[in-house]
Amino acid sequence: MTQTIANSFDAAGFEALLATHSEPDWMTSLRREAFEHAQAMAWPERRHEEWIRTDIRMFQLGKYHVPAERPQLDAATIAGAHQLLEGVNPAGRVETVDSFVTAESLEPELAEKGVVFGSLSKLAQSHPDLVRPHLFTAFDPDHDKFAALHAAFMTGGQFLYVPRGVVIDRPLHIGSIMTDGGTDTTHTLVVLEEGAEATVLHESNSLDPNGGGLHLGSVELVQKPGSHLRYVNLQEWGHKTYHFAQQKAVVDRDSTLQWTIAAMGSILSKVNQTVDLVGPGADCQVNGVMFTEGRQHLAYHTQQHHRAPNCHSDFLYKAAQQDKSRTVWRGMIKVDPKAQKTDGYQRNDNLVLSRSARADSIPGLEIEADDVRCTHGSTTAKVDEEQIFYARCRGFTRKEATRMIVVGFFQQIFDRITIESVREALGAAIARQVREYE
Amino acid sequence: MTHVLKIEDLHVAVGDKEILRGVNLTINHGETHALMGPNGSGKSTLGLAIMGHPGYEVTGGAITLDGRDVLAMEPDERARAGIFMAFQRPMAIPGVKMADFLRHATTNVRRPERKEGEELIPMREFRKELKEKMEHLRMDSEFARRYVNDGFSGGEMKRAEILQLAMLQPKFAVLDETDSGLDADAVRLASESIADIGHQKMGLLIITHHDKLLEHNPPDFTHVMLGGRLVETGGKELADELHRHGYDRIRKAYPEAEAANQEMLAEESAAV
Repeated sequence: MTQTIANSFDAAGFEALLATHSEPDWMTSLRREAFEHAQAMAWPERRHEEWIRTDIRMFQLGKYHVPAERPQLDAATIAGAHQLLEGVNPAGRVETVDSFVTAESLEPELAEKGVVFGSLSKLAQSHPDLVRPHLFTAFDPDHDKFAALHAAFMTGGQFLYVPRGVVIDRPLHIGSIMTDGGTDTTHTLVVLEEGAEATVLHESNSLDPNGGGLHLGSVELVQKPGSHLRYVNLQEWGHKTYHFAQQKAVVDRDSTLQWTIAAMGSILSKVNQTVDLVGPGADCQVNGVMFTEGRQHLAYHTQQHHRAPNCHSDFLYKAAQQDKSRTVWRGMIKVDPKAQKTDGYQRNDNLVLSRSARADSIPGLEIEADDVRCTHGSTTAKVDEEQIFYARCRGFTRKEATRMIVVGFFQQIFDRITIESVREALGAAIARQVREYE
Repeated sequence: MTHVLKIEDLHVAVGDKEILRGVNLTINHGETHALMGPNGSGKSTLGLAIMGHPGYEVTGGAITLDGRDVLAMEPDERARAGIFMAFQRPMAIPGVKMADFLRHATTNVRRPERKEGEELIPMREFRKELKEKMEHLRMDSEFARRYVNDGFSGGEMKRAEILQLAMLQPKFAVLDETDSGLDADAVRLASESIADIGHQKMGLLIITHHDKLLEHNPPDFTHVMLGGRLVETGGKELADELHRHGYDRIRKAYPEAEAANQEMLAEESAAV
């Protein structure tokens, strides 16, 4: 492949991007504003609470290029990169390679019912009435410089719109693929109108498991009253890839959200995952799995923000660390003054598998209502030698015993996942990553 | 050939504290041995040393199985060689189902040469056998789907250990207080189950304080441990005597061992 254009994330690169994108004016204005803000913003300060544990001095934006050209890959190579499609007959698919949408499809009967699913940049032109009112309503481009850069340079992307009362019983699939050294700036926007139901399987894979690259991304989930969404994120970017993302759901009255994140890839991840419960009776369950090796550094900052009364949130993150890797989990339950009768739970369990690995676990509560039930917990442990001895007395080798204990550690999350293909893909991903421990 | 587990002049220390001070014991396949003795005398230590617990250092003596050096084996090699212990306090392994745990364990023990990653016993065949064994032990089939010892009551843990004994069919089994924490009915059931699975079919070393567990497993030999040594060996009548009258006669007859026992107890409580 000949690289004809190699634009950087600077003013010239931004103008070049605008010149090649045909999009509505309102979208270009959003970009311009975001780009101006990005230019004015400094990189996060090391001492900033959000970044104090995540050192980005090795990250150089100048090494990466703005997505400019659709890479030429054969269909078999692309198909081989997906993990969540085993045994699944998706009702629709959007596939991207280095941000560019390479395939999109949707069952005609769903399209007839008004469901819209496909490339965000294309649908912003054809369905501005559906995209414009929702874009950037959950995502804040001013969160930090990474968020602003994402908003300025977002390319391709995915948009799902499910009209009022429409129930999609088969999963929809989003497959994001990155080539070695590629860039992914996709923006994912999901809108469920009142009473709508959908399941989305979203996976991010690099073609080369050790590949480098940059993901500057965002996921926005917008749920109107009485809607039900199951959203699965499998993040397995190559182990030299940088992953910066803002992911947020806004969940209205009597809606339910089950959001599962499995973070296995990248050399460094800094992700903010937030659920805002904005209408009474909203309910969310978040399941997080992190499993790291080598020198990976994965930082996930979660927030469950109760903005309305009688809502329920349940966040469980389980992480295991091998080699010299490190995970950071920082969780916050935020309860607004009017959010009485809040039921909030957050928990993070860590299993540290090597002496040089590290787990940081920082649960937090900010409660401004007086009639609430909020509980949180955090555990960090090594594999228990007594457990290993017990298993060895039953004929397990030390390696077999450790492997069994690690897989068992994650089982609690698997028990909460109701989609079989996801359980299996996750189980396989964990089994691949489990080391032969001595 | 009759299998023989032989323990000769075994000395075991934890840290710099000597706990076993020269234990001699020979168990032939098919025999039932009761091991009794007051708290802190070293009974559990003997079991853990036989299995190869890394915290229990053998400082002298030998353990052999049919002449093979057991002390040179890793704990899993001992299990595969046919040695088993029912733990007094079995460990929980959250997230691992009893059935999966047992399938892997049973495969490894039955095929000692199996390499890591090789096939396990076929699922169907294994489930059928497990179901039969559980029905026989009057255990609810739900048990197999629960996580290993996770949230089990004391009684459930002991039942789970007996189920493992039934599945693994070892040559020699140490049962470490498999009756503790059980009510009278549960002990009777455990006693029947052990007799059914192991009596005269294995070499059994039953560590117990009570006579109920021995009801269906009359010991061929009864050993009394005091201060890290076996001070007296007799038949079933010795177990009966100790159940009726306690250890006063033994303590008086072996003042040196009694002094060692008191010393060990004092160190134990100081350590706590």
